[in-house]
Amino acid sequence: MTDIYIKGIGNISPQKTIDNSGFPDEVMEYPDAEYLKCIEPVYKKYIEPMASRRMSRVVKMGLYSAKTCLDEADIEKPDAIITGTGLGCVEDTEKFLTSIIQNEEKLLNPTPFIQSTHNTISAQISLFLKCHGYNYTYAHRGFSFESALLDSILMFNEKSANTILLGGVDEITENTYQITKRLGHWKRENINHLKLLEYKTKGSIAGEGSAFFLLTNQPDKANYAKISSVHAFYKPENSGIIKNEIISFLSKNNLRVEDIDVAILGLNGDKNFDEIYYKLTEEIFKNTVCAYFKHLCGEYHTASSFAMYTAANILKNQFVPDVIKFNNKPQRQYKNILIYNHYRNINHSLLLLQNA
Amino acid sequence: MSDRVFVTGIGIISAIGNSSDEVLNSINLKKSGIKLSSYLDTVYKNEIPFGEVKFSNKELSEKLKINSGQIITRTALLGMLAAKEAINHAQIKNISEARTGLISATSVGGMDRSEIFYEEFIADNKKGRLRNIIGHDCGDSTEKIADMLGIKDFITTISTACSSSANAIMFGARLIKNNMLDRVIAGGVDSITKFTLNGFNTLMILDRQNCRPFDEKRNGLNLGEGAGFIVLESERIINKNKKEILCELKGYGNASDAYHQTASSPDGFGACIAMRKALEAANLKPEEIDYINAHGTGTPNNDLSEGKAIENVFESKIPYFSSTKAYTGHTLGASGGIEAVLSVLAIKNNLIFPNLNFENQMKDLKITPVKELIKNIEVKNVLSNSFGFGGNNTTLIFSKI
Amino acid sequence: MEELILKLKSEIIEALNLEEMSVDDIDSEAPLFIEGLGLDSIDALELTVLLEKKYALKIQTADEGKKILYSVKSMAEYISQNKK
Repeated sequence: MTDIYIKGIGNISPQKTIDNSGFPDEVMEYPDAEYLKCIEPVYKKYIEPMASRRMSRVVKMGLYSAKTCLDEADIEKPDAIITGTGLGCVEDTEKFLTSIIQNEEKLLNPTPFIQSTHNTISAQISLFLKCHGYNYTYAHRGFSFESALLDSILMFNEKSANTILLGGVDEITENTYQITKRLGHWKRENINHLKLLEYKTKGSIAGEGSAFFLLTNQPDKANYAKISSVHAFYKPENSGIIKNEIISFLSKNNLRVEDIDVAILGLNGDKNFDEIYYKLTEEIFKNTVCAYFKHLCGEYHTASSFAMYTAANILKNQFVPDVIKFNNKPQRQYKNILIYNHYRNINHSLLLLQNA
Repeated sequence: MSDRVFVTGIGIISAIGNSSDEVLNSINLKKSGIKLSSYLDTVYKNEIPFGEVKFSNKELSEKLKINSGQIITRTALLGMLAAKEAINHAQIKNISEARTGLISATSVGGMDRSEIFYEEFIADNKKGRLRNIIGHDCGDSTEKIADMLGIKDFITTISTACSSSANAIMFGARLIKNNMLDRVIAGGVDSITKFTLNGFNTLMILDRQNCRPFDEKRNGLNLGEGAGFIVLESERIINKNKKEILCELKGYGNASDAYHQTASSPDGFGACIAMRKALEAANLKPEEIDYINAHGTGTPNNDLSEGKAIENVFESKIPYFSSTKAYTGHTLGASGGIEAVLSVLAIKNNLIFPNLNFENQMKDLKITPVKELIKNIEVKNVLSNSFGFGGNNTTLIFSKI
Repeated sequence: MEELILKLKSEIIEALNLEEMSVDDIDSEAPLFIEGLGLDSIDALELTVLLEKKYALKIQTADEGKKILYSVKSMAEYISQNKK
């Protein structure tokens, strides 16, 4: 397999992750929030008002984080743009759907429809960069970002690309929040999201984010990390199967469980879904530094992209911030990081990052 | 990486038939499926024609032996029927005997039910039946299909507007070539919704008559619905199982036009790159293509741009070409899958399909589509185009073996 | 006429979300598309909806649309001539 490295990152999230604005030294706390929304940058730095006037929030976040990522990597035009999004451009979809109903299908504005397609973000990036390369968008629940990453790995193996812009983007809107709340996805009681794991009740906290990564096959000291492998598996019947998937994933990468320096887990505070993570921390990862992240960004379909941002920074800085530590293990040299996440026990994924 | 990828099964449901046999029959009879809607509840019901699948949701559920009390989106129902036909056609009895994946595609997923939910929800956000909204996202129909067929090894969904399912087929082939999977069911599905109907209507590109692709007087597209899936298998397992092969998926290419969110560039720049990439991957010269199944939606912009791109890539050696959208309507996220099935049918049955409703040569193009069904002609290589919003252009090449 | 032009300009700014613009930035006689304001085909569709919504005027053909939507002035003229 070709070695793949992360050369640049642009991450807009509910934390101060964009423009080196403070995370993890400063952790944002939203005591009364029902869901976690991104801290939006001043878009004008990259997007002209004439261009941004039709863009919804998620398109602007996508474009801005993509451009930040490319700037950091000092790449003008990637060979391919591949994104994952669970729900795509929700705000424009809702806007158009609402106008159809309210205006009884008459005299509708076309703009929200035009901007509603799932590939709007990757298309707008290609337009912005005048990039004629391969352009894909995956939209499959908790496999969206993972599929985009797998595709990227295939592209490098096929020698079809030397640089790829990879992104995971999802937005939360008031309507989506209300619907998913009624579906029981979120906690009903008031909580402090930073103490998400303390409640042991049903439901998580909703969030959103837009994380872009510039992937390259060129080794460089300045690279964040090496991406070694991704594996997605669907509806495993029991925790034994999950454990086996993890062990066999590691062994395919010539690693044993003991070689994992940090395990980043998708713990989201929902007692119906966290059990497997606790089991792993008590069994195969009992001597491993375990970390979690959804108390910082919330739960969403492409939340694993926030985990990848976290892993890349741990490897680059050789430092695990206290705010993500699940257990207390001595600081060591961090070489291998495993991310394990699942979306509602349906879409499970494993991601292996190693030092560059 | 050198492994070849073969097509061993096809499945389709569309306005011109609910199986590949029925579709072939309609094509032979030059019978279009475009007419006024029987099922969609819209104010445009008596004004705008569609390529609608001629079954109610209840009838579709019955065909699948699904309890009618269960709420499943029309998108999922259509996808399940076509994927099931593809698996049966490929004579796959035991799905887990090989590493099998499902790569599906859709542009608006379960929007047909979301619309019902939203009617009540926008008046009061405590209202609306939740069962109508849980299938909204693009992944829902894919998981319904996977669960019905027992596919577990890898599943995902692509959503790049009208090139979605061509991209699904391309990704499926690459997963096999990279030895990640042995077998992939790939394609896509979309149902007609008020959302897409009104969306295209605001763009003023819906023809009130039957669409006329590549005609000087063309005046927009007709929306259609349906699903098309193909079974792709690796050379490795085909040799092992000594299976019948329908054709080979030889080439594919995707490129971004990077011109405009909705319009195609005047010279079809992105389309040219996609076609050239596919030809290069297939190791074929342009003159070796026997038939182009064009994207050909019938909008002024698409057909001019695509026509120019075909002229640029094929120069003086223009193959037979036609759009089959006047048969099926533009099935959006399903069109790449439906037209992949049609491409396989062209190769298997030695046929080149007519471009229905074509009468007047386009002034800005030198090329003319095929007007009549051509029979008994050796069709070795078919090139199929699918272009989507955001300038997402994909070309697939299917070849006789 | 001047009043209509002024009103139309602010309606255009709102419909096309030209946030950073004021009515003084739009030249009544300058072309709206490509040059001048630099609008595109999606804006043309939005302006078509605007004419229908606010003035109950329906543009029938693309050629007609091109002439009517040439500039703010041509739009205003069309409205004053055709408004019932």
